[in-house]
Amino acid sequence: MRKRMTITIKKRGKEVEGLIRRVEEISGVDLDVCYQCKKCTSGCPVAKLTKSPPSEIMRRLHLGIGDELLNSDIIWACVSCETCSARCPMGIEVASVMDALRILAVEKKAEKQEGNMPLLNRAFLSTVRLFGRTYDIAMIAAYKIGTLKLMNDTEKFPTMLKKRKIALLPPTGADRKTTRRIFKKTKQNKANKA
Amino acid sequence: MKYAYYPGCSAHSTARDMHESAVAVAEALGIDLVEPEGWTCCGATAAHQTDRVLAASLPAANLLKVQEMGLDMIANCAACYNRMKTANHEVSNNPAMRKLVSEAVGKDYDGTVKVRHIIEVLLEDIGIDNVKSALKRSLKSLQVACYYGCLLVRPHEVTNFDDPENPTSLDKLVTAMGGISLDWPHKVECCGGGLSLTRTDIVINLTDSIVGMAKAAGAQCIAVSCPMCQINLDLRQQDIEKQSQIRHNIPILYVTQLLGLCLDISSDKLGLNKLMVSPASVIEKIEVHANG
Repeated sequence: MRKRMTITIKKRGKEVEGLIRRVEEISGVDLDVCYQCKKCTSGCPVAKLTKSPPSEIMRRLHLGIGDELLNSDIIWACVSCETCSARCPMGIEVASVMDALRILAVEKKAEKQEGNMPLLNRAFLSTVRLFGRTYDIAMIAAYKIGTLKLMNDTEKFPTMLKKRKIALLPPTGADRKTTRRIFKKTKQNKANKA
Repeated sequence: MKYAYYPGCSAHSTARDMHESAVAVAEALGIDLVEPEGWTCCGATAAHQTDRVLAASLPAANLLKVQEMGLDMIANCAACYNRMKTANHEVSNNPAMRKLVSEAVGKDYDGTVKVRHIIEVLLEDIGIDNVKSALKRSLKSLQVACYYGCLLVRPHEVTNFDDPENPTSLDKLVTAMGGISLDWPHKVECCGGGLSLTRTDIVINLTDSIVGMAKAAGAQCIAVSCPMCQINLDLRQQDIEKQSQIRHNIPILYVTQLLGLCLDISSDKLGLNKLMVSPASVIEKIEVHANG
């Protein structure tokens, strides 16, 4: 196996283990090959709307940053468009790095970010676990109650219901047994790892 | 020609029009679509942001159903298409992942089911000449901005769809229909996808730039093939107007809706009444084909 450069940073006299190896483990990405060309940031549609663009996240990981990175706004503002991954000259899956950071942010209970995406993800996946498919009304209701953003987009609801762009009744006919099994097994698998 | 058709959850909610128009067009062109019994959600963005095994297993359960049918899968929603292909990529290239996925799903999956988008089926299996000769009406020089978004073209090594920076599949179909496909720079820019509920501000910002660019290029309509692109570009035009008083008023149609119109399929079968920005200006333009 190739020898890796390890950076340890001393904080208040203590050595702190950086996030980089966990991120690599979850994403399966080799972060050492990034040479800061900033192509990821140049093509990123949300870089201009966030405080830390993707290339900065990559650099801070190299420099041994710890859990404070998980409070970066781009982690949840990232649209998963994969432009960064597509254009990286070293073939780094930058978008997978963002997914790994999201998983770590939830695991380590990082600060809530605007929009509270983890709540929407939980609501989304709960309906999938229950019905085998998504059930938009239940998902949106759970999300709105959780964020107290009750009035957002409500003016669009009557039209969308009329156009049947939102289904009133929950989905039927899905093989819920398999979906439940998948959720159960992945949960067990995660617990065994921890 | 027979395919396993995976509609995806949005086919019964926000993208009913995508589903209805795809089914109608397939029927008109003699493409036989069979839904896998008991198909389940692919997990979409929520799964891949939560757990990698979950994100590969949810699609794999459906791919296994299709494998039993012995057919190729058509996944018409760009997000489902992307997740199915990512699952194939994960289990084919990562033996440890294949094992975890088979444990989760309860059966071994080898990652070999072919996943196609209806655009690929139209161009590769039916062929552009056969599509052309089936047309009864023409878009009559309608200026169309073809918008591909992210999930069909990226990551290219996973989806293998067209050219990742300058795809032309939709343009070929629009040109075959007699429309003018515009040269414009935002073909593969992101619309904000799954942030529609959480960061509406970002989605409004991105869709404004895409729709604005299409308009500047002279577009009279935008052709799409992804349900998230469609709803974001269509629904958010009213928010853009509220915020900046700019009224783009550009209809956002699925390419299968445009094709359905040219195949002389009635509007109600194509879900045209479900669009937020009225497609009347597009329908008006369409005329009986010179050869028809």
